[in-house]
Amino acid sequence: MNPSLDTNDVLPQAQRFVGLRRFAANRLALVGALIIALLVLVAIFAPWLATHDPIFDQDYSNLLSGPDAAHWMGTDDLGRDIFSRMLYGARISLQAALIAVGLAFCIGVPIGIASGYFRGFWDEWVVMRLVDALQAFPSLILALALAAALGGGFYNAMVAVGIGFAPAFIRLARGQALSIRNLDYVMAARSVGAGHVRIMWRYILPNAMAPLVIQATFAMGSAIIAEAGLSYLGLGAKPEDPSWGSMLHIAQGYLNSNPTLALWPGIAIFMVVLGFNLLGDGIREVFDPKLYR
Amino acid sequence: MPALFPSFLAPLLKRLLLVIPTLLLVSMVIFSLLAILPGDPVSAILGQEATPEAALALRAQLGLDDPIYVQYGHWLMGVLHGDLGRSFIDRTPVLDSLMQRLPVTIELALGSFVVAILIAVPAGIMAAARPRGAVSYFSTLVALFGMSVPHFWLGMMFIVLFAVKLGWLPASGYVPFTEDWHGNLLAMIMPMVATGLRESAILMRMVRSSLLEVLNEDYIRTAFSKGLKDWQVVFGHALRNALIPVVTASGLMVSGLLGGLVITESIFGIPGMGKMIVDAIFQRDYVMVQGGVLAAALMVVLVNLVVDVLYVIIDPRIAK
Repeated sequence: MNPSLDTNDVLPQAQRFVGLRRFAANRLALVGALIIALLVLVAIFAPWLATHDPIFDQDYSNLLSGPDAAHWMGTDDLGRDIFSRMLYGARISLQAALIAVGLAFCIGVPIGIASGYFRGFWDEWVVMRLVDALQAFPSLILALALAAALGGGFYNAMVAVGIGFAPAFIRLARGQALSIRNLDYVMAARSVGAGHVRIMWRYILPNAMAPLVIQATFAMGSAIIAEAGLSYLGLGAKPEDPSWGSMLHIAQGYLNSNPTLALWPGIAIFMVVLGFNLLGDGIREVFDPKLYR
Repeated sequence: MPALFPSFLAPLLKRLLLVIPTLLLVSMVIFSLLAILPGDPVSAILGQEATPEAALALRAQLGLDDPIYVQYGHWLMGVLHGDLGRSFIDRTPVLDSLMQRLPVTIELALGSFVVAILIAVPAGIMAAARPRGAVSYFSTLVALFGMSVPHFWLGMMFIVLFAVKLGWLPASGYVPFTEDWHGNLLAMIMPMVATGLRESAILMRMVRSSLLEVLNEDYIRTAFSKGLKDWQVVFGHALRNALIPVVTASGLMVSGLLGGLVITESIFGIPGMGKMIVDAIFQRDYVMVQGGVLAAALMVVLVNLVVDVLYVIIDPRIAK
């Protein structure tokens, strides 16, 4: 017996793509989607698009030069091509967002759903108090301390950011589970003998996904800023790695003599975070069209 | 009348009681951080050349041979008595360093908060009063910009524009307010605006949506039907109710502000608590890191507690 129904079986043709059409009608959301698509493409094809190796092509006769035919965005303090480093930087930023938010999602959602579904002592006095305690730490300070504890480096920094983001996902997933657990279809599933895991997996999780996806989209932008911030401080990517944050770290020393060095990475971070924010707004509007009326 | 007090105090008492387990867990998280940090405090204090006997003696003296829960108990008792330990590097008490750095960070955080409020509240009100107007679209765009721009990059761009190109403001450095208030403000204005702008964007969206929601209520329609002008309705009737969720958001903002200030202080060379934590991480001075993180978490918990109290005072319906 399969008590679940695929919504495509019951929805008329006109209603199937209503969300997609609503999203497509929002021009700002489309711009966001376009920026993120571009980021993904650049991240994938960086080795083919780059004109130089981002780390090892060092032109010592051409340090801190302005844009020219050979170096479209100029060179940095070691004569490396900034354009190529910017392209590879997209890879690092995308990885940062996926690792940190993926980890936060994988930790936060199962704990939050189980906590809200079962309720009781563990929910009230263990999970929620721990979430309160973790949310008492400013997330960047927690990430800094955790990154230091884990030994620094890009992957450790992103794990630290992911752990810092997890409490927000726990809280949100728990809230969703609390509001869904007593709805009729959950009761119906329980009455036909569905087990706890099946109820959480098949009935609560899919119906709790919308706000979680929105939260994940916004968190991607925050993760990119956190990676750049930690790399800027020297606790994320290594200084030679083409992370946009590391590039800002180098640029800080040349604000007097060569301010354009700081311009490109900053604009790139801004554009990508803007993309995720616009995309998040767009998805939110699809699920809650009253919001911006 | 006397019955009002228990109902008014009940949610506050519950909130106060919930702070205790939260603080205990905060202390456990911070203690665990030090326990898992790489490096041995004994070799950090004595150096690599220390004899095994001296290392053993110091381990016993520091209580590092005790079981972990005993160490936690000692540490917690020390913290409760104001003893946060001594720096591994120069042996100064962590509390003294914190007391030196904290006023700088508090000034910066308060300034950034004021910047955020000064931008967010008027912009949010104007955007909500005319939701389809040019001001609304403009402020929505500014909010999107503020939420997306990395504040540390904005700080760097401010340095390039206002310090390097125009020469109006110092690029970095800090002068205490008590020594030279004018110099202090000049040094603090760029970091305050850079950090406050992002928070103002979040707050502005909240003021706008909250006010829009309140403006759809029946009592607002009644106010309009009495012939009141737009501004009389907004300021006299709607704003107080609309600002209730904004007060809560302001409490949550403290966490974002303190996190943001870590990088801001490093960019502008401001000797606050954030820079202390970053410097301590690079010097592997983990007791100092622990003290800084504890102070930041305590500030967030206390501010949110104050906000919860304010919340009950502003909106007595919550107590019912």
